[in-house]
Amino acid sequence: MVLRHRPGTANLGGYEKMPTGSPKRRLAAGAALVVAALVTTTACGGGDGENGSDDAKGAGYNAALNKVVNASTKKGGTLKFIGKQDFDSLDPQRTYYGMTWDFMRFFTRTLVTYDTKPGEASNKLVGDLATGPAEVSADGKTYTYKLRDGLTWEDGSKLTSKDIKYGIERIWATDVITGGPAYIKQTLDPKGEYPGPYKDKSKDKLGLKAIETPDDQTIVFKLPKPNGDFEQFLAMPTGAPVKQSEDTGAKYTQRPFSSGPYKVQSYKANKGLTLVRNDKWNKASDPIRPALPDKITVTISANLEENDKRLMEGDYDLDVNGTGMTQSGRVTAVQDHKANVDNIQTSFVRYVALVHTAKPLDDVHCRKAVFYATDFAGLQQTRGGAIAGGEIANSTFPKSIPGYSDYDPYGILARKGKPDLAKAKAELKECGEPNGFSTKISARNNNPGEVDTAEALQEQLAKVGIKVEVDPIDGAESSSITGSPKVVKERGYGMTMSGWGPDFPTGQGYAQPLFDSRFLFESGNYNESQIKDKTIDKIFDDAIATTDKAKAEELYKQLDKRLLDNADWMPFIYEKNISWRSPRLTNVYSSAAYNGRYDYVSLGVVK
Amino acid sequence: MTDIGKSGAAVGEPVAQGSPAPTAFLEVRDLKVHFPTDDGLVKSVDGLSFQLEKGKTLGIVGESGSGKSVTSLGIMGLHTAGQYGKRKAQLSGEIWLDGQELLSADPDEVRKLRGREMSMIFQDPLSALHPYYSIGQQIVEAYRVHHDVDKKTARRRAVEMLDRVGIPQPDKRVDSYPHEFSGGMRQRAMIAMALVNNPELLIADEPTTALDVTVQAQILDLIRDLQKEFGSAVIIITHDLGVVAELADDILVMYGGRCVERGPAESVFYEPRHPYTWGLLGSMPRLDREQTDRLIPVKGSPPSLINIPSGCAFNPRCPYADLPKDNVTRTVRPELAEVGSRHWAACHMTQEQRERIWTEEIAPKL
Amino acid sequence: MLAYLIRRLIAVVIMVLVVLLATFTVFFMLPKWAGQDIAVLFAGKASGAEQVEGIRTKLGLDQPLLVQFWDFVRAIPMGRDYANGTDVTHCPAPCFGYSFRTEEPVWTTLKDALPVTGALAAGACVLWLAAGVATGVLSALKRGSLWDRAAMIAALGGVSLPIFFTGMVAMGIFVHSLGWVHIEDNLSTDDSIGVWFQTLLLPWIVLALLNAAMYARLTRATMLEVLGEDYIRTARAKGLGERVVITRHALRSAMTPILTVFGLDLGVLLGGAVLTESTFNLPGLGLAAVQAISSKDLPVILGVTLFAALAIAVANLVVDLLYAVIDPRVRLA
Repeated sequence: MVLRHRPGTANLGGYEKMPTGSPKRRLAAGAALVVAALVTTTACGGGDGENGSDDAKGAGYNAALNKVVNASTKKGGTLKFIGKQDFDSLDPQRTYYGMTWDFMRFFTRTLVTYDTKPGEASNKLVGDLATGPAEVSADGKTYTYKLRDGLTWEDGSKLTSKDIKYGIERIWATDVITGGPAYIKQTLDPKGEYPGPYKDKSKDKLGLKAIETPDDQTIVFKLPKPNGDFEQFLAMPTGAPVKQSEDTGAKYTQRPFSSGPYKVQSYKANKGLTLVRNDKWNKASDPIRPALPDKITVTISANLEENDKRLMEGDYDLDVNGTGMTQSGRVTAVQDHKANVDNIQTSFVRYVALVHTAKPLDDVHCRKAVFYATDFAGLQQTRGGAIAGGEIANSTFPKSIPGYSDYDPYGILARKGKPDLAKAKAELKECGEPNGFSTKISARNNNPGEVDTAEALQEQLAKVGIKVEVDPIDGAESSSITGSPKVVKERGYGMTMSGWGPDFPTGQGYAQPLFDSRFLFESGNYNESQIKDKTIDKIFDDAIATTDKAKAEELYKQLDKRLLDNADWMPFIYEKNISWRSPRLTNVYSSAAYNGRYDYVSLGVVK
Repeated sequence: MTDIGKSGAAVGEPVAQGSPAPTAFLEVRDLKVHFPTDDGLVKSVDGLSFQLEKGKTLGIVGESGSGKSVTSLGIMGLHTAGQYGKRKAQLSGEIWLDGQELLSADPDEVRKLRGREMSMIFQDPLSALHPYYSIGQQIVEAYRVHHDVDKKTARRRAVEMLDRVGIPQPDKRVDSYPHEFSGGMRQRAMIAMALVNNPELLIADEPTTALDVTVQAQILDLIRDLQKEFGSAVIIITHDLGVVAELADDILVMYGGRCVERGPAESVFYEPRHPYTWGLLGSMPRLDREQTDRLIPVKGSPPSLINIPSGCAFNPRCPYADLPKDNVTRTVRPELAEVGSRHWAACHMTQEQRERIWTEEIAPKL
Repeated sequence: MLAYLIRRLIAVVIMVLVVLLATFTVFFMLPKWAGQDIAVLFAGKASGAEQVEGIRTKLGLDQPLLVQFWDFVRAIPMGRDYANGTDVTHCPAPCFGYSFRTEEPVWTTLKDALPVTGALAAGACVLWLAAGVATGVLSALKRGSLWDRAAMIAALGGVSLPIFFTGMVAMGIFVHSLGWVHIEDNLSTDDSIGVWFQTLLLPWIVLALLNAAMYARLTRATMLEVLGEDYIRTARAKGLGERVVITRHALRSAMTPILTVFGLDLGVLLGGAVLTESTFNLPGLGLAAVQAISSKDLPVILGVTLFAALAIAVANLVVDLLYAVIDPRVRLA
């Protein structure tokens, strides 16, 4: 199974940060601030009707974090998204961006999906095309779903279990259907024996043996070995049906065929998307989607500062990328429209991997010295503070993923992030480097703030004699630099700085690529600490095999404890951002299942 | 030098400023042209007077920087036209052309005279002709600015003029561009352009300097022939006495922005009365002498026009500066004094001294 | 003149071939020499080994380099089929490549972006030429005056201020505070001329401001030089009025260096005004390139690069031909 860092979060995670990466960016940010000042004084001083009434209508700071803002069932109006980054693909089997997964529910249904509830309640899977979660056999290898009645495609034809099977089969056509996660394929057909529907010799192109469709309303998955997160895989867009007669192969992204309440009216890559109501959608078959707006538009617009202004002026309702506002936008929004913003907790963790093959970091005491010498509060400041940057991390798991606990062996939270230099020196002595040591840290130069953060860490560690050389790398090529143990060794990295978010909200979806020794690849490796710990591998196996969620959570807590005790991997920030929530929006809430983004499919607008 | 025998009446008495309008066709009275610069006031022309009648030719001779060209541009009014932003040239004195005073006239009136009443030929026809326009276009433009005729008529006139100045196949060459002409042909075209409006006064500023020796004579012949035909007054400006010997009725020798000697060409050539003129004669190439003993150049370099030497401007270079008593050459500026019939020179030496030096020391070596 | 034209055309064809070769080298050969797998670059993130192999066959990256270059060049006039067993993707001529992210021929992207970039370039050019040359001429004629100094200081400012700054200030004032203009998102050919005009007005002015400054300085310098030429004195000696002297004689000569710079600027602009288009969200070539870079859409980056290079080559040809119109001496050269 190849787990991958979700590019959506990786790519977009940085945009909300103050762009301090290069002098040019600083200049741009400075210019933007001046402009923001110029504009806000006039815009707000005038107090024209629209702006003035905005604040009155605002539901309050952080109102959408754990409850629904403006609950409503009123239909109509146009929901207007804006964003800098386009969707990676509208083809359900080809998308890997979190924002696309969130958005795709407007026109794509899956057997199960995340519950439309605020906060962590969203992590629960509920039936969508299926009447409910799977009926799982006792050995955990057979998943059986019954489909709801009245499922339709946008042409009015009946949506059957065979359409679901065909859609999933497309994942196997790796030469055409590129880009999406391969979890289902890896789980059902780890040896890759099925050639995919386009090379399928059988007449109905439904030759995949691991999926059976005994009748139109039933679909059965047969796993070679159990995986407690299998339903999570089916909740991703890769588990969506595709109608065979409408499959245009690679070009399906340009006009996906809708199974949801909306259908694509027009889509132009890098420009925008318009969805209109799919009048063949049967409301009775879909308890998930309120389908409130009559129309949904997405405008791709390159200038982030300008986009923030357009949001605040009410031209648009929310940022489809969901990566938070720019620095200048943030300042204006928090000052003048605080009731319309949420300080959203993402599932993103900023970390420093401590490379076990680099001496003297092979010694646990030297690693512990780093934990004690690091000024977490200082790093938090560099990343923008508690609000725009995020909270100081203690666990290797983000708060929304089962496995998180308040375990704090180094007293990081207790000291409010401040370092304990005495303990750091003691640990250095333990590992035989009383005067400290020298090593190298990589930081991605296309991730705003990361190089600065690494430089801050450099300064902190120098206080106990740990001399760190900061090596900025091209983030676009990180998978062949920090992702290659060979290159890491050649370049002498003892630490790598990066960020990580889960593909799906379980310990497997979040942690396995980071810590399982069997995920240590020659390239595209994310086990950057190069942890080879049989105990950890065993915990993963046990946690994945069980279908008991409580048991799995307990196992992941053990995993977290072991990682921290061994000082294997040092998280430092649970990332947060400031998101704009238009007062026009109804049914707004942040969904942990979508990395803290608003749950797009529930949204409505007041006219 | 057979041509010098003509009796001329080009150069008249020096006349005081403010006198009534002259009878001469062109009369320049006490012309001063000064240019303010960061280093000081450049007195390029500092009190020059002369007269010129129609049909006559005046040669103005001197080294570069003596004020010859500045004088000609002053007459044309080109020191004031189009001098944007720069510190303006300061002109004083009077320039009378055909009964009209030019320095005090409306600049636009003077512009209308330019090219029609008075024309000018420049030293380097290649740089003086616009490289982007055909010869014909440039002549047509010169004609039409003063004549309200259609392009066709003007073009006919241009072809006629090109024919007149001896350009073969003028109806074809009229469409050629300056770079397609030889040097001599370009100067012929330039002359055609200058004469296209039958000007009363033609100023030729070093018209042959940039040309081959063989072509020089042809161009001078052409100017002489055309002068006879058109009956214009001509001013030839040159540093080469040989050129004026061919053409001029009168000669005016300039040094340091002032006239040092002037008179009929014959007198100036055979009885020069200023040591500078002797120097010029000495440096004139002659075909009938051996190379070795022929050239007696004027030693030293032309004076600074900002700090003109006190006394006689020529004194630092004059081998006879110590002949006059009481160091007068270095303290008192010599005025023009009559040294013969209509012949003036500005020198402190006595008439006798100069006659003796000329006949005994200079003439034999020439 | 005909010989000149033919010579210039041959030169352009050679230049285009060199550009093709250089582009090909940069995108296909350099990564290979640097030890990178181009198929991985094209496939983008999250690609398994099978996907990479599929793309390798599809793009012909398994072929010898010479064959690859030939396929690449031939595709522009002839079109190309990207085939990999079951999946054949046809890219019709003019095929500048095929984007596997948008699943469209790159030409579609270029074609959509061209009118925007073209309109932006054309409007800005007219503005900056008019403003820049007029200011430069006036400054030259009034050299040393208060006007001259003010204009040249303003020009220095114009050259120094980055476009995202002037752009954001302009939008802050005229769009957000005063609301005088509305900037349409993602301008397309479906929008009316009025919408185009309103959307492009600020970008034109901002872009023109930047370039006009340089043209003012250039014009001033060349005008001062030309005004000292002998033929300008000749023109005055003919009795021509000052206006004719300036426009017909001086300005025409001064146009030669201005035209040289203008040709290059126009070429570069036609290749996409990256900053202006990003600031104002104008869907032109520059923005297409930026978006392609951020989504690692290599074929589009390549296509825009190639197209930009072609635009510069063609702009140079046009400038060369205009030279011949302006300066008769060039026709012989």
